[in-house]
Amino acid sequence: MKRSTVYLFIFILALFGFALWSIVPLDRNVLGRERLKLGLDLKGGCYLVYQADLREAEPGTEDEIMEGVKGVIERRINALGITESTVQIQKHAERYSIVIQIPGIADVEKAKEMVGLFTVLEFREQDVVGNWTPAKGTVNGTEMTLTSRYFKENTYISFDPLTQKPLLVFEWDETGTQLSEQITQRLIGKPLAIFLGDKPLRGEDGYIIAPTVQEKISERGVITGLSLTDAETLSRLLNAGRIRVPLGKWEGEEFKPNIPLYDRTVDATLGQDSIQRSIVAAAIGIVLLAIFMLLYYRLPGLVACLSLGIYGVLLLAIFKLVPITLTLPGVAGFVVSFGMAVDANVLIFERIKEELRAGRSLGASVEAGFNRAWTAIRDSNITTFIACLVLFWLGGELGALMVRGFAVTLFIGVALSMFTAITVTRTFLRLIVHSRVINNLAAYGVTPLQITRNTR
Amino acid sequence: MIDFVNNKRWFFLISEILVIIGIISLIISQLQFKTPLQLGIDFKGGTSMILQFSPPVEQSEIREEMIKLGYDEARIQSASEGDFIIYTREITSDQAKELAEKLGTELDSQVEIIDYYLVWGTVAGETTRNAFIAVVIATVAMLFYIVWAFRHMPKPFRWGACAVIALALNVFIIIGIFSLLGLLVAVAIDALFVTALLAVVGYSINNTVVVFDRIRENMSKHIRLDFAQTVNDSLVETLARCLNTALTTIFVLLALLLFGGSTIYYFVLVLLMGVVIGTYSSTCVAAPLLVVWENREWNALWPFSKKRA
Repeated sequence: MKRSTVYLFIFILALFGFALWSIVPLDRNVLGRERLKLGLDLKGGCYLVYQADLREAEPGTEDEIMEGVKGVIERRINALGITESTVQIQKHAERYSIVIQIPGIADVEKAKEMVGLFTVLEFREQDVVGNWTPAKGTVNGTEMTLTSRYFKENTYISFDPLTQKPLLVFEWDETGTQLSEQITQRLIGKPLAIFLGDKPLRGEDGYIIAPTVQEKISERGVITGLSLTDAETLSRLLNAGRIRVPLGKWEGEEFKPNIPLYDRTVDATLGQDSIQRSIVAAAIGIVLLAIFMLLYYRLPGLVACLSLGIYGVLLLAIFKLVPITLTLPGVAGFVVSFGMAVDANVLIFERIKEELRAGRSLGASVEAGFNRAWTAIRDSNITTFIACLVLFWLGGELGALMVRGFAVTLFIGVALSMFTAITVTRTFLRLIVHSRVINNLAAYGVTPLQITRNTR
Repeated sequence: MIDFVNNKRWFFLISEILVIIGIISLIISQLQFKTPLQLGIDFKGGTSMILQFSPPVEQSEIREEMIKLGYDEARIQSASEGDFIIYTREITSDQAKELAEKLGTELDSQVEIIDYYLVWGTVAGETTRNAFIAVVIATVAMLFYIVWAFRHMPKPFRWGACAVIALALNVFIIIGIFSLLGLLVAVAIDALFVTALLAVVGYSINNTVVVFDRIRENMSKHIRLDFAQTVNDSLVETLARCLNTALTTIFVLLALLLFGGSTIYYFVLVLLMGVVIGTYSSTCVAAPLLVVWENREWNALWPFSKKRA
């Protein structure tokens, strides 16, 4: 027996062991919440797409503004205690939109409410008991709260010439200046915190960002003592909060605020139901497939089933380690890829049978089967890759939420199936053939009568 | 031994009949509904909801109530036990809740919205265009790939063209069947339909390439043999593989179709039809078409013409 075969066998076993370890012992349920990432159609949750109204934004600042909006929404969602959300910015036909996916959330309406609001940061002072209350002042006889709405221009980061520490520089507009003068006059030596809704902004270290007022601030002021990351985050948030970026949808040239362009909300019970159904379906399908392979191809069929088992475990491990969010079409892609993963094996086995019938020895037939089937396997799978790439592109477009999941799972599935067929099946077959455990050709699905020539 | 090449007329005829049925269905649908295919909300905007009723209610009752509430255009489909899928115009989540509550009080049942999906018609046009572009790009990419993969053969373009014709046939037949389903049972196509269609494109070409690969190999082995004979031998040799691969895929797809639930029912149905028709079109259409092209037997495409002597 060749040494390389043995090494390859050990490598496959190690890989299989690692994959199995990565999916099984850590949790009893492979499709459990924490382990495989599930999309909202399997887990429940919501998917929202809002377009932004950037008519009032200065040209060229759109990207920065959208980044700010994204940060604000992420913070708001995280404040709800949801960690697996994704927020993305997309640009279509010169219009920016924000795509929000919040899986596994119970209170969807609350999430929508939080996201739907436009973003303003509020300054708050501490009252005698230590509670944070909005910092108010009076302008033209009306009492107003100091918010990021009154910034004149975007805030920016500068560095203290002496200490080289970051400074966050801001400027107030007319109203802001009046409010700021009144408030900072009152608060010299006291902290002023910045709130997003009811939550204070916190720095990297987890402490509330509440700079102490050093002196009366009129038009222009600086915040010192922030880390560079904190200063950058804060600046971005303040800038997003300053400019009113209404989120909603465009209808031709008309903008409708607070109405999402896409809105999908799935109840968690439906997701549970879908998971159960697809597990049952997958199990039945795969068992049928295995029975067919065993009956038709006998010993190689058994090898194919083993290699399919390894394929399934490796695929799940990849899904988990990358991680890939599994959606319902993704599960379908996973199951379908089993059918296709068999294909490479079938191609090879049919070749081996042909070679055996042509009277070649077992060892030679196995090798020839693999070598000759290779071009067909390669060429045919590349076409599936092309289809997946196009699907992936399509899936990046607005709304096509489920398409990408399918494309990614099918792509990985087909790539991995080539590996398992060429490497795993071949190694197993070589081991069996070379160890001469089973030499009876009937085990390979060929009866002696079928062997036409025995000359070679 | 099955003679694929000599019976090609019949195989072409079967595909032609399927295509003609599809065309007729598309035309009827266009005349009757002003659209060749029933479009889902991904392509024309609207709301789809899955409502869960406990205790269960009758579909006709829901329809009556929906009409009373002013949702005349709503389409109602029965899903699994007690669940109904409702397609209607664009309504916000608040309006949807209100609707569900009213239905609940009127029908004396607990109503739960377990899936709510809203797409505004304003962007749906773009999605439709992108889906169309995607299918075209995929097809053209396949053509280029096959021409490249068979670049060492004489006339590589011919191989690519035959494969793509079989593929287009496959896609068109599925579209035709869905147009028919739209006419008969109001099945609408959505983004998942296009996804499945593209997967079918990949699968169908995959099959064709396996057959063509064998023809390529056999041509280099038996140079003296007639081209038609070589093609037929290759088809027979790859038949077991094609059928077995199709069968294994069909097993898993059937399981998904029967037990996978209503959400992906039509998605799986497209895949299933794609595998069946794809296996047929690559075996019985793509390869015989090569022979037709090689021997210039164009009249074989026309079923009632006389065989050339």
